[in-house]
Formats: sequence, C-alpha cells, structure tokens
Amino acid sequence: MSVAEIEAPATAESYLEDGYTLRSWLLTTDHKRIAILYMLTITIFFFIGGIAISFVRYNLLEPQGMIRSAETYNRLFSMHGVVMVWFFLVPAVPVTLGNFLLPLMIGARDLAFPRINLLSWYLFVIAGCVLLVALYAGGVDTGWTFYTPLSSLYSKGHVALAAVAVIITGFSSIATGLNFIVSIHRLRAPGMTWYKMPVFLWSLYSTSVIMVLATPVLAMTLLLLTFERIFHVGMFDPTIGGDPLLFQHLFWFYSHPAVYIMILPGMGVVSEIIPAFSSKQLFGYKFVAWCSVAIAVISFLVWGHHMFVTGQSVYSALVFSILSFAVAVPSAIKIFNWLGTMHKGYIRFDSPMLYALGFIGLFTMGGLTGLYVATLAADVHLHDTYFVVAHFHYVMVGGMVSAYFAGLHFWWPKITGRMYPEMWGRAAALIIFVGFNLTFFPQYIVGYLGMPRRYHTYPPEFQVWNVLSSAGAAVLAVGYLLPLLYLTWSLLKGKQASTNPWHATGLEWQTPSPPPTENFETTPTVTEPPYNYLPAEALDRHA
Amino acid sequence: MKFWLAQASTSAPESDYLMLALVLASIAILILVFGLMLIYAFKYRATNRMDRGQIMKKTWRLEIAWTIATMAVFFGLFVWGADLYVRLFRPPAGALQIYVVGKQWMWKIQHEGGQREINSLHVPVGRKIQLLLTSEDVIHDFAVPAFRIKHDVLPGRYESLWFEATMPGTYHLFCNQLCGTGHSRMVGEVVVMSGADYENWLAANGAAGTLAEQGKILFMRNGCSGCHGSNGAGGNQSNSTVPAPPLAGLYGSPVTLVDGQVVIADDGYIHDCILTPEKRRVASYPPIMPSFSGILSEDDVLKLVAYIKSLAPEKQL
Repeated sequence: MSVAEIEAPATAESYLEDGYTLRSWLLTTDHKRIAILYMLTITIFFFIGGIAISFVRYNLLEPQGMIRSAETYNRLFSMHGVVMVWFFLVPAVPVTLGNFLLPLMIGARDLAFPRINLLSWYLFVIAGCVLLVALYAGGVDTGWTFYTPLSSLYSKGHVALAAVAVIITGFSSIATGLNFIVSIHRLRAPGMTWYKMPVFLWSLYSTSVIMVLATPVLAMTLLLLTFERIFHVGMFDPTIGGDPLLFQHLFWFYSHPAVYIMILPGMGVVSEIIPAFSSKQLFGYKFVAWCSVAIAVISFLVWGHHMFVTGQSVYSALVFSILSFAVAVPSAIKIFNWLGTMHKGYIRFDSPMLYALGFIGLFTMGGLTGLYVATLAADVHLHDTYFVVAHFHYVMVGGMVSAYFAGLHFWWPKITGRMYPEMWGRAAALIIFVGFNLTFFPQYIVGYLGMPRRYHTYPPEFQVWNVLSSAGAAVLAVGYLLPLLYLTWSLLKGKQASTNPWHATGLEWQTPSPPPTENFETTPTVTEPPYNYLPAEALDRHA
Repeated sequence: MKFWLAQASTSAPESDYLMLALVLASIAILILVFGLMLIYAFKYRATNRMDRGQIMKKTWRLEIAWTIATMAVFFGLFVWGADLYVRLFRPPAGALQIYVVGKQWMWKIQHEGGQREINSLHVPVGRKIQLLLTSEDVIHDFAVPAFRIKHDVLPGRYESLWFEATMPGTYHLFCNQLCGTGHSRMVGEVVVMSGADYENWLAANGAAGTLAEQGKILFMRNGCSGCHGSNGAGGNQSNSTVPAPPLAGLYGSPVTLVDGQVVIADDGYIHDCILTPEKRRVASYPPIMPSFSGILSEDDVLKLVAYIKSLAPEKQL
C-alpha cells in the first residue's frame, strides 16, 4: 500500500463534501449519494426481516411452538419473506453497489437518467412505508408467495396493502433496470467496448433485462389478486369461475427470473474480487460474461419447476425439468472459471476475498441442491419441505448476502474514503460462514426426513435439527451485527483510504476515494483489456 | 437423532436410490470445488514466491470440456428423475380407490364401502391404492414422507395420486402447502394394515351403505332424479318431463360438448357438471341444469360421482 499512500491528495472535493444539508441528500441526483440513501434504507429492511425470522427460529425450539399463536407465527415468516425478497435481496447489490459503481466503471459522470434514479429511491421508500403500514396493521399470513385462493378470499391479513407495496417497489426496480440498460448502451467512455467492460457490468446488464421484462408481470398478477380480493372478480378461485393454478404460473413467471435478479449481481461482484485478490486475469472472461446473459434468458423458461406436484401435465413437467438443469450449466461454468482464476495467482486473503470464497462454497452447495429439486422424482419428495428452504437460503443468503458483504468490504474504501478494520472483517466473514452452515445444513436433513415448510408446530422427532438450526441462527445474527458495528466505526475512526488500496484494475480505482461529484476530472479513455493484472507487479509488492 | 426415513412404499426405495445418486454426485463435486479452492489458496498464496510458470492464455478447450461434462451429468440425472416421475404419476389399473377431501384444516377420507375417517387413512399392505384428491377451499397438499409421495389438493379439480404400501405401520400425513392459520395442524396418520386387519377395520367401521348407495340417496333427495330419471335413465322417460341426458353408462364414455369438443366423462367431468354446469355443457340439451355449488359439499359430490359411476359397471377408467 505504500505506493498508493504517497499519491497527492485529490484536488476536487469529494461527493461527500458536496453539501452537508439534509436537502442536499434528499434532492440529490448524484448516483453515489442515491446509492448511500439506498444502502441505509435496505439495511433497515434487512434488520426488520432479520428480527421477524429471529422470532420464527425461537418458536421452532419446541415442537409445540414457543409462540402461542399460529396466526402470529404465519405473519412473522410471511413478513420475513416479503421484506427480505423485495426490500432487500432484489434491490441489494444493483441499487447500492450497482448504482454507485456503474457510472464509475464505464467512465461516466452519472447514470443516463439521474432524476429517474432519485425517483426510483422515492418509489422504494413509499413502497417500504406502505409495507410498514401493512406490517403495523397486522401483516399478512400467506407467505411471500401469496398463493391463491388463500390470499385472495380466505386470508384475514392485509394482503391488498402488501401487494400494493410490492407493486410500487416493482416500479422502482423497473426504473433502475431501465437506467442501467440505457447507461451501459450510451454512456461508456471512449475505448470501453463491450468486451472491455468488467463482468460486474455484464451481470448488472443481464439483471436489468430481467427487471424490465419480468417485473411488469408481477405487477399485473398482484393487481389481479387484489381485484379478486376486493371486488370478487373471479380470477383464481374456482368457486367464482377462476383457475387456482393460473396465479402460480403468473407469479413464478416473475419470481423465478427474480431469483436471478438476486444472484446475478452477486456473481458479478465475485467476478471482480477473485481476480483482484489473485492478481490475475479473470479466467475465461467471455464465457463468464455470456453466462450471465444465458442465465437471464433461460431463467424465463423454468417457472414450471415450482409446480411439479400441482397437477400440471407430465409433458410440461419434463420440459421444465430439463430447462432447469440447463439454467444450472452456466452457473457451474462460472464456478469453474473462478477456480481457474485462482490457479497460479498471487492470492491475498483480505476480507472481501474471504467473503468471495465463502460465496463460492455456499453457492456451490445451494446450486447442487438445486439439482435435487430440478430432478422430477426427487422433487416429489422434497417439494415444500425444509430441504427447499435450505436450498434457496444457501443461494440467496449464503450466496447473495455473502457477495453483498464481499462487495461492500471491497468498495468500502472507495465509497467512504475510509478503511474498515481488517481483522474484524475477517472475523465476521468466518463467523457468518460457520453460523450460516450451522443454521441451514440441518434444514436439508430435516427436510429429507419430511418436515414441511411453514409449520408452526412439528412432530417431536424433528426437534434436534430445529434446535441446531436456531443455535446457528444466533451465531449468524452476531455475524451480521458485527459489520454494522465496525463499518459504522470506520466512518469516524477508520484509516484514510488511498485511491486504489487493493491494487485493483478498473476505472473506479483510478479516481480518488471517495470520488469527486463529477467522478472523473477528465473523461478517461480505455485502452487496456479488463482485469489486466500483472503477476510481476504482485511479486514485487510481496518482495 | 434420526437420519433415515422409513421406506414404506414400492416407490420409496427407488426414490432413495435417486437421492443417493444425487448425494454422491454432490459430494464428488464439492470435493472437487472445495479441494481446488483450498489447494490453490495454499499453494498460490501471495507470500509464496514460487515460480508460477506459464499462465494459460487459450482457455476455450477447458471451457468446452467442463461445459460438456456438466451437461452429461445433468442429462443423466434428468432422465433418471423423469423416468421415475412418469411412472409415479401414471395411475395403475385395478387400484383400490379412496376419496380425499381437504378443507381448512382437516383431511376427510371416504372409502368405497362408505367408511369415513378424518385425519387418518387406513390402507391394506401390498395393494395399489389410488387417491382421488380435491379441496373444499384453498390449495392443500397431501404428503406422506414415508411413501416419498406428495400431490397438491386443488379446489375445483380432481387430482390423483397412487402408491402401494409395503410395510404395516403408522406414518405421518402432512399438509405441505400453506393453507392458513391451522396449516401445521392439518396433519394425520396413514395406517398400513395387513389384508385381514384391513377387512376387519372396514367391517368394524361399516357405514350406512356403500359410497354409491349413499350417492343414490343424495341423487333422489336433491332432485337429480327429477330430470335425469330415477335410475339415471335420462329425461325422455315417462317419469320426467324435462329433457336431460341419461347418466346410465355415461362414466368413461365420450361426450360431445356444445363447442364441438369431445371429452371423456371422468370423475372431474362429472364433478364439473354438478357444480359448474356451464363450464363444459353437453351438446343437444337445453342449458337448464342448475349449479349445485354451495349446496353440495365436495364429499356429497364424490358420493354422487360414485353413484353415477356405479350405473356403468362395465366401464372402468
């Protein structure tokens, strides 16, 4: 780091110094400030969703349930799902790291539509407030999946209000996606061809395409649901002329691609970090880049794998099964390429790398168990059991949240201009990895043994696994609280960060930390290929 | 601590072999991924100044190799799972039929002999059993982990699920689809008995007539016979003034609908004709059949279906 530290301090004032009033934040159109606003908002929702699930894990300590009311229990896990999916996982990486980094990485001053960017945050906040009102009024008891006709005619929860919240947050998603697509097409710096873009941008681009194409379907579906609930228009309930499975087809047409909205940006983050901390080019750059696009395309064709036991035709089940295997191929290719990147590298184990390695391990386990539920006959036994819960938490939490933390630590010096305490970062990465496995691995076993999802009470023979899982959740909670504490601490007391503390490539590392409002003093020109890491330099640094 | 689940049906061992194959494949891949990760992390740590040699520039051969290898493994797993699934969902001939109605929050079960039970299902060992599933309200899911079977139970539809129990005993029955407040209490037991015990159980729980006989009483009481004739012989009989299609021999036969479509009159079709007559109306009769939705429960409809079925004993679907 010695080389970087003697650089002359930046002359332009940073985006953080560009106004200190509340107004300068709430009316900003600077993508970097909007990223910070988003970061604060989703952190609040992450902890709301986390508190809800703490009660759920507490309840499951005893077979007859520690919480007396089954209704309360149902509302807790439903709120956990709705909050975590739409108010944390879907936005997490794109609106924070993506928002902050996309213009920097393409060498632009801002996104294509800065005001729409701010609008998307306001829509998100409005949606969040509507959801909090629904939560305060008593919440919903339908699970995050809102299956009809339970949600439309039988539930006593505030389904319509929650649906409206989700519809509004959908518009915020669409605005972000649109902004990203246009920015990547139109605002790349001279010389920044598609194949010179970091893979993070390829994955944000693929994510944005899904956001723009799939989210409207969700809005329509939830609107139909709300119509049936309020006006009794027969859509999904057969007693008033609807089709009970239609909702599931429409819902998963959005919600399966949405799974990739959640994981693709995480894969992008990891594709930046592995080369940086291996001081080596990304292995198979074009394959990794195109795999993101392939995942985005195939993800639209696999929704039926949520419905293998609902009574859809055997032929559609066969097609959806083979397509579900197909969508796993590009993910597998990425994993092999990340390992290929480490091969013959000069590997450092700073916190971002530890989180990224954790991501590879947990995502591999989540992906492999995805094959079990893509396999038709195996899914018949595993469907709607805790096995499925474990599977998607390995991908969404083990994968996605690890990647978010990896990215947060990696770009923290760029975003805040401060270094976080490295030892605490490593300790938290380790605690999260251990806590995560302790929480979710037992759920694979108890799921195979037959324990259904969303059970307030359960047969006593499942208790051991549930207690283990709840104990793991406590460890995991500590793991998630730690970064909140030391990252906040670093804002005040952290060491000043240099322009490029990790010796990483990419345009964002060529502008001061934190960057000036204009991002670059002069528009950069790109001549080098991406990930142009030189092993000789790495060797010198460790001399 | 319990690691294993009883294998109590003919398909359970098959399902477990598939699961074992998946577990072994996963372990192999995990060893590969974690192994390489740890080896590289140690061997290529930055502080190790060992000469790295030439770094690979052309990578596409490797990429194609692992893409094809991945696809081959995946395709094998797909075929295996699909084969078993197709067999699991093709109902066998000559199975013993049992009717299951899910409602918030209980399982109501009716046997062909008219025996009824709630939250328990008694079946004989070594016989193919076909369940006909429907729901009175929301979507439920009928799952018996020891048999490795599961199927959603939908309102307004008849779904079928079959199994053959191989081991006498009592096994969990779960509702696996969130169905409201009492979801986790919508549980019961499947009691697998020897053939003789099962006969005794049927006799001890004898009801007022078989399901079809109970259906016949409903057929009279709800006025069906007024139009369709006292034995379902049709509306052109002397005892009926309204033109209504004959029901004797209907079950299992092709029916031409008003839109020209031809359907086979199965359980689901008869169910729809009673509750939503407009949905699939038969051609050449006036649309005067009233809907019995809200008047007849799903249990009653099942009895009527059983009765109409009994009018055509020679045809079995």
